[in-house]
Amino acid sequence: MPTPSSLAADAQPDPGLLRRLLRAKDRMDAASHEAWSVQRLAQVSGVSSAHFARLFRQAFGIPPHRYLLTRRIEQATTLLRDTNLPITEIAFVTGWESLGTFGRTFKDITGRSPSAVRQDALSDTSSLDRVPACYLKAAQRPDLTTAVSEKRRTAATGTNQPSTTKE
Amino acid sequence: MTNQGAGGGGVGVVGLYVDDQDEALAFYVGKLGFRVHTDVRNGAYRWLTVQHPQQPAFQLGLFTPGPPIHDEATAQTLRAMVAKGAMPPLVLHVPDCRAAYAQLRDKGVEFTQEPVDRYGSVDAGFRDPAGNGWKMIQAAGDAR
Repeated sequence: MPTPSSLAADAQPDPGLLRRLLRAKDRMDAASHEAWSVQRLAQVSGVSSAHFARLFRQAFGIPPHRYLLTRRIEQATTLLRDTNLPITEIAFVTGWESLGTFGRTFKDITGRSPSAVRQDALSDTSSLDRVPACYLKAAQRPDLTTAVSEKRRTAATGTNQPSTTKE
Repeated sequence: MTNQGAGGGGVGVVGLYVDDQDEALAFYVGKLGFRVHTDVRNGAYRWLTVQHPQQPAFQLGLFTPGPPIHDEATAQTLRAMVAKGAMPPLVLHVPDCRAAYAQLRDKGVEFTQEPVDRYGSVDAGFRDPAGNGWKMIQAAGDAR
């Protein structure tokens, strides 16, 4: 019999639990701009709030809050590069409540400010204002554009997955 | 463009790992509309493959990790990988992504991404009950 400590260190949680934790990750991926409190994520996974963060980290190697931030930063980076949206607007549509928090977190994670990233993107290409070129660029990075397109579509139709509990 | 019924050559079976073969069968046959090709048991071991109705030359294996193929530690790792969504992506081609989406959603298929237009093609994402991720793609030019 494994001891409790070896269980925590080595043993795989059961597949059913991992599958439910994946569901929380999927939901953050699909709507990273939404508020994902530990309570809400724990509910998606069917585990207690007290255990969710630890279980998620154990399964995916990153705490859920940090994971959500990386998805938001990824999305913000794409919008900075591929759209002319004002940075304030980008902060808002990627899920931050204030421009200040967005700028600070963005710099903490990427090491650069949103405006610096945009400036580089502008100097990298001569055709940012040509929409087809933007779409062409975006199409070459399917992982990055999925969430962006999803958001645009969601914003356009105001619909949502039936399983999604909007906050 | 076709890769079906090539009259001899080609890939015949590709397998997926699933946690529960009954559950997988209910999903792939009952919801996605596949057909059972082979369902044979030998003790606890069960060889189970399904096929797409329009692709009779290809079988999708729905296999569980475990003996006699895997030792228990390996089986446990495989089960965890599937449940964490770490297995390679799968792609299902459909003539009409939005129609298929509506139909499957109503059957309770767990979508991770609603249909999105990309240059004329439309794709959506879903998972099977075990955690295997599928992209459902309507090619550009189809049904348009």
